[in-house]
This record gives sequence, C-alpha cells and structure tokens, in this order.
Amino acid sequence: MSRYTSVTDQDLKAMLGAIGAGSLDDLFADIPDSVRLNRPIELPAGRSEQEVNDHLAGLAARNRHCDAEVSFLGAGMYDHYVPALIDNLLSRSEFLTPYTPYQPEISQGGLQVMFEFQTAISELTGLPVSNASVYEGPSAVAAAGYLAKLETRRTTLVASRGLHPHSRAALRTHAAGYGMTVEEVPLTAEGATDLDALAGAVGDDTAAVFLQQPNFLGTVEELGELAEAAARTGAVVVCSADPLPLGVLKPPGEQGVDICVGEGQTLGNRLDFGGPSFGFFAAGERFLRKMPGRIAGETRDVDGKRGFVLTLQTREQHIRREKATHNICTSQALNALAGVVYLSWLGKRGLVELAELMLRRTHYAREALGLDAINPGPVVREFAVRVPDLDGLFERARAEGVNPGFRLGRDYPEYEDGLLVAVTERRTRADIDRLAALVRERQRVAV
Amino acid sequence: MSDDVVTIFERSREGRRAFVAPEADVPDVPLEELLPASQRRERPADLPEVSEPELVRHYVTLSSKNFHLDEGFYPLGSCTMKHNPKLHERVAALPGHARLHPLQDPEYAQGALELMWRLQGALAEIAGLPHVSLQPSAGSHGELAGLLLTRAYHEDRGERRTKVLTPDTAHGTNPATVTMAGYQVVKVGTAEDGGVDLDDLRDKADDEVACLMLTNPNTLGLFDRNIEEIAEVVHGVGATLYYDGANLNAVMGIARPGDMGFDIVHFNLHKTFTQPHGGGGPGAGPIAVSNRIEPFLPTPQVVRADDGSYDLDHDRPKSIGKLRGFQGNFGVFVRSYAYICSLGGDGLEEASKVAVLNANYLKARLAEEGIGEYLPIAFDRTCMHEFVLSGRGAKEKLDLRTLDIAKRMLDHNVHPPTVYFPLLVDEALMIEPTETETKERLDHFADVVRSILEEAAEDPEIAKNAPYTTPVRRLDEAGAAKRPVVRGSPQGGGSDPHPRGEKP
Repeated sequence: MSRYTSVTDQDLKAMLGAIGAGSLDDLFADIPDSVRLNRPIELPAGRSEQEVNDHLAGLAARNRHCDAEVSFLGAGMYDHYVPALIDNLLSRSEFLTPYTPYQPEISQGGLQVMFEFQTAISELTGLPVSNASVYEGPSAVAAAGYLAKLETRRTTLVASRGLHPHSRAALRTHAAGYGMTVEEVPLTAEGATDLDALAGAVGDDTAAVFLQQPNFLGTVEELGELAEAAARTGAVVVCSADPLPLGVLKPPGEQGVDICVGEGQTLGNRLDFGGPSFGFFAAGERFLRKMPGRIAGETRDVDGKRGFVLTLQTREQHIRREKATHNICTSQALNALAGVVYLSWLGKRGLVELAELMLRRTHYAREALGLDAINPGPVVREFAVRVPDLDGLFERARAEGVNPGFRLGRDYPEYEDGLLVAVTERRTRADIDRLAALVRERQRVAV
Repeated sequence: MSDDVVTIFERSREGRRAFVAPEADVPDVPLEELLPASQRRERPADLPEVSEPELVRHYVTLSSKNFHLDEGFYPLGSCTMKHNPKLHERVAALPGHARLHPLQDPEYAQGALELMWRLQGALAEIAGLPHVSLQPSAGSHGELAGLLLTRAYHEDRGERRTKVLTPDTAHGTNPATVTMAGYQVVKVGTAEDGGVDLDDLRDKADDEVACLMLTNPNTLGLFDRNIEEIAEVVHGVGATLYYDGANLNAVMGIARPGDMGFDIVHFNLHKTFTQPHGGGGPGAGPIAVSNRIEPFLPTPQVVRADDGSYDLDHDRPKSIGKLRGFQGNFGVFVRSYAYICSLGGDGLEEASKVAVLNANYLKARLAEEGIGEYLPIAFDRTCMHEFVLSGRGAKEKLDLRTLDIAKRMLDHNVHPPTVYFPLLVDEALMIEPTETETKERLDHFADVVRSILEEAAEDPEIAKNAPYTTPVRRLDEAGAAKRPVVRGSPQGGGSDPHPRGEKP
C-alpha cells in the first residue's frame, strides 16, 4: 500500500508499451526463479499516516526522556539547550533533502555551510584544517588512528584510560582491521592521565597517542605536558575534545596536539538516543591531503564570482578507491549544519559565558553533593564521586524523577561505586540541590 | 567584500549577539580558582557576533542556493533519491525519541528498544538473513563492519586470509574499505552481459580470499543472472559473500540477498528507507548476517526477554566490539521504521516494482531517435532500478562531454544523473529515477535531454559554457585543490587567495 508512488493503470499500460514488456513481472526475468522470494514479505500490512503516527507516538511515550526527569546523565552526550531556530532551519527542505553536493553550482548553500563549519571548528580547536564532518565521536577517534597509521607506518596505538570507553572500544575494533594494537595508560589517583605511565608507554613503534579533554571523568587534563610526553618518539598526538568546554579551555592545537577530534552532539544536536550527531576532525596543515571525509574549499567561478566546492577529492574513495585515505562517503552534513548554526547563535562571547556557567555549576555541584571525589582537581561539566550506597541512591532518586548520572562500574571496575554526574546549563542550582538532598538522605539511611 | 557571497563570520560586528545566558544562580567563583592557568583559554574563539534576525536570514539565504529533492527530479544513480515523507520528521522529533539519552536505563527506554527490535526484524525479513545489527553509521561503515566480521569469522576458525575480491564495477567505497580492513584488493572483471566474469572469478578465487563484495543489481543496474554460481565459487573456497545494499531498492519483496547466498548485507537507510540525505548525511548502515556470522556482531545487541521486555546485551565474547558510540543513529531508525510501517510488505514490493518500471520506461524514452544515437545504453538489457548510458555518441558526433550535458541540465532545473561512474563506461551517465516519480516527470526529463542534444547540434558552445542560471557558474575546482582554502578568516579580513581578476 504505497502512497508515495503514482502509477495509474493507464500509466502502467503506456509505460509497459513503451518498454515493450507485457507485464511488470517481465521486467524481473533476469532473476532466476530459484532465488526469488515467491511469497509476500512477512510484515504487517501497510497503515495510514494517522495510524503510523499514533503507533510511533505510543512507542515514544514509553521512553523517559530528559524533559520527564531531572537528569544528570552525560558520559558522552549531554542535555544542552537547542535553540528554536535550529529546528526551524534544519526542517527546511533546502537543507534536509539534497544529496551530497556533487554539482556545486546548485549546492552553494550546503557547500558554504561546510566551509563555515570548518572555519568554526578550526577556531575552536586551534588547528588550521578541519573536514566537513565524520560520523560521530568514537569513530572519529578510530579515523585518527588510521591516519596515524598512514602517516607513520608504525604498529601500536596508546590510549589514555581517560578516553571515552566507547572511543577506546571503537579504536580497538577498527585497529583490528588495519592491523594495530591498542595499549592503555592508567589514570592517577586523582582521575587524570598518569604522565609517567604515558611517557613509559610511548616507544619507537607508537603511531599515535590518544588523550581526551576534559577526560571521561570530567577532569581537565594537563594537556600540554601530556602531549609533550606523547610526542617524544614522533607519535601523532590525538586529542578527543568536547567543543563546548573549549569556550574556556586552552585549545588543543596550542598545546602540541596534532589532531583534534570529537563528538559534536553538544553543538545544537538532539540526544536522539545516541545519534545521529556528528564527529569533527581537525588537524595540522601537514595532514590536509590525508584527512578523511569531505572538505569544502573556496574558489571562483568563470565570471570571477566567489564560490565553494568539494576539494582535495583525490583523497577520497570515489576517486582513489583502494588508495583512498578513508572509506567514508555519507557523513553528517545536516548535523554539522546544526553545529555551525549553534556556534553562531552562541557567538564569540556567548560560548565563553556558557562554558563559564557550566564550569561554576559543576564545581558547585561537586561541593554540594559532599561525596568522596574520584577526580578532586579541576573539572568541567562532569565529575565523578564515590557513592557508598549507589543502588539505594538510584532507587530513591528514580522514584522521585531524578536520574543521578552514569554508573561507572561496568566500564571502570576500579570505580565500582563510582557515579559520573553531568551538569549542563539546563540543570539549575535548584536541580543540583535536589540531587544533593537525595544523597544526604541516603547517607542518613546508610548510617 | 564586493560579492554577495558573505560568510557568517564576515557578517560579524563586535557587540552583537543572539544568545542570552540563563541566570547565573551559583556563586561567582573567579575562574582562576577553578582552572589552572596552563589550561585557561587566553583568547576567545573567534566565532561570529550576529543577532538572531541576521542569523536566520543568513542561513535561509544560503538554503535558497541549494537544489533539493522537494523541489524537483533528482535521478542521481546509486543514491535512490526517493521522496522523504513528512510524517517521519514529526515522529522523529517527538521528545520521547529526540530527547532520550542514549545511556538511559533500558527499563526506561522500552519504546526505543522495541522500535529497534522491530526494525531489526523487518530488515532481517527483507534481507532473508536472521540477525541484524543497526550500529553502523552509513553504508561504508556497514561495509567495514562486514569485513571486520569476515576477519573475525576466519580467525575464529584459525584461518588467515589476505585478499578481498571486488568487481571493477564496484562503488569506490568497496575497495577503500578493503584497504582499511587490512586486506588486499583483487579486481574481478565484467563479462559481456555486464555481470561478473565467472572465468575470471574462478581464476582468482583461492583460499587466500576472505570475501567477495558484490552489489546485485550491480552499478550498471543489471541483476547478475549467475548469482548462484558466484555464491558457489565463493563459498567453495571458504570465503564470505558480501552484499552492498546500495541497490536494494530494486528487489524488495522480489528476491532476497540471503536466498541468493549472501552472508552479510548492509542497508543504506538513507537510500532505500527514506532517511533524508541532509546534503551529505546523516545516514545509517545496518547489517544483516547469517547464523555463522552472528557471534561476531558488534555490541550492544538489542535482545528481547521471555516476558516481552527489551534490553541491551553487552556481553558478547566473540564480538568485534564497537564500531561507534552508543547504539547507532536512532533518529534514522525512527524514520525508516515509520516508512516500513506505512508501506507494509506489499508496499515495499510495490516500491521496488515501480522503481524498476520507472527506470525501464525512462531507459526506453532515452533510447528514442534523437537521443539514443548520442547516449547509447552501456549494456542493452532490461535494467533494474537504474541504468547507465554512455556519452560517447555525443562526444564523437557533437563534441559534447557528459559533463557539459550535466551542467546544461542545471539550467533546466533537474538534477543531473551520477556522471563518470561506473568507470568502465566511457562518459557514463548513471540514472536512477526511483519509484516516487510520476510518468510526467520522467517524460519531462527525456524532453530536457532531447532539447539539450538538439541545441548542441546547432551550437555545442551553449552547453559547454553552461550553466547560466545558477547562483554561481562553473567553478575552478583545479585551482581550489591546488591552493586549498579550507577555512575563512574570522571577522572578515585576511588575504584573498583567489583574487577577482584571476579567472580560472
């Protein structure tokens, strides 16, 4: 029951006549009978728009979303406010429904957006070149690993345990393909990357070292020192960074980082139960011709008018095939559009104001909770604490519509009683005080 | 800037703003107490300073420079530019979907997990393969998943294989993926009928081969009639058979990759299952696999318990691990699931049948006198959902390149087909109309092609200098690559690497 097709009986007759076929089935004569399905697909019959709408709404109603509770859940994706103009602009057919801009003359809108996006990412990360987006954060980390392999021809990757567990996992999965192994560097007792251990782990066979700023626990790493130790033997230094805290943090590009990648969800994208969002990929000039993904470049048309094109395509799969620097084709153009609109909405001062607000609220929250901090040093937007009765806290909090955060135990057995608490601009002081009250209540019960 | 082309950065004026911060309701602790000097940003990132009205105008103006599917015909071969139903945007935006955190406890995300479970089941039935992972982010990510699964499968059997076969008609992503997955590409030739050259395949298939990656129908739009023999040869040497699902739109409900002998399939939800392309993503590239591949699928997997509740299974000891963060592009799953619900099994079959009908009709129209002699069909057989013409006639008789024909189409407000692919066809035009176009739209396209050729017979220079009516005309791509400018100068300023006087 397709309502998106429009062949009338009369059309069918005329079209088959033009083709010279007797029936629709004749067009499938090349398919051997032995591999034909020869029965209907076993799926429920098609439904009206109204019925589908209601069915999907029914499923959605069974999810507890971020407006239905006070959520301190983060750990890689965060409940930031998305301005209304983003919904409005992204729903425009002109942005929503074109393909990749293979015909630049009729795609100047999308191409200029890519160019502006690259400019914004370069500004944030302090690195001169950026691509137009990759899939998302952890696979961007894996893409940096592949670039390091192409660049150095070495065999080992070294990753801080402060790198998001999904990023480490994606790195291992992809590295198994391109023939590299991943070694981990532990965190100190203060939840920061262990500088000495890092220096010890880096050797002549190290292709790349992976750091994260702020790290998975929210710790502000001493990025400069770590990068210096990482680069000792010529390894490529990769930092995964969240773009919003970069409003107050020193850019990775100013601290010896060669490639900065990251998850872009926090820039004007929805949570969407994990995607789609976008990944970004910025690097030093020397990597420009080995970067993965689309890159928009500025040029002129035959009349001398300014315009934009996809450029340096000889890196890419559709031109270079097995010699391409990555296999990525479709990436996340619409999500990257949300990213650059969001950054323009925040603006130069707004980004700083927002990052400062998060910074202050995060420190306020850590103090208000009054628990044993896993990372007692500087933190941004997120911090980890030990909770004596974690199950009890969750039980009580969830009954009251509060989600205390992310339980660290499955990914970090060393923090079995650990709770990762995220504080965005949407979590007010009142929200924080409410969580703190629940924590104190639990502690009284526990005593 | 004398051009009307101005970036958002160049619109910036100090002191303007669109954002107002929420109330600072916690103590105003000095930054110096919260961040060490070594990690404090000294200079704010040079982002634009613009008001909301100007911000909106800027991006609305940019949007008006894009041709898009809701505006007109978009027969881009292998891209399946079918209509994107508007309902999908509404249901994807429901707070229960759009505002759901990926790490929400499964107990409180039952609707989302059920949706994923149901989508997995539908894709499994369409592919004829029992197990599905929704995780890969796009088609090429699905391909990589397929080869990593193949590697894990062979290693589990104690085998180390080094080569992957790809036909010379394959999408560029296939060989690129092979390299990324640590294998060596071995090309297989194309026979005279446009299918895989079986003799060449037999010659190259040995116990070093891990996989054959195949698109069926292939990129010429032709169904490979020898698919069963191909599967036999590939399985005979212990390799896996991989199905690139870019062209699945031709065969839904008619033939299933699993029944053809494929072990691993990827779907492009942004092609066959109507996720809007967004100007280059997002997409999603779920994979379906056979029983022998299942143990290696990525983590987590959605599972259903006996009581009908859903959970995420992270404990899969033989898994290849994670391809990305979280559970995949859920927002895309919502749209594709809504599409499958709307069409049902019979509607999907109808979609494929009409896609093939439309392609064959357009092929017939473009074979008419006045067109066919300039743009002959590359392989003259009944096509599936797309077909490939060669521009060699136009080149020889009219001194017109395929690129010129494509550029002249822009003045007629239709999107050109995919050009110069597949590589084995000279001056190729790869045309995929999809099932959502009317006969009138197809006729109009044929008329446009005819008028371009007639015009060129009179004066080829017109097409050679096209387009004329677009926001910009032909752009200097060579210059852009030679002296790459990949970021603007924030706040205007900076030198112009492509001065106005310097014409390409």
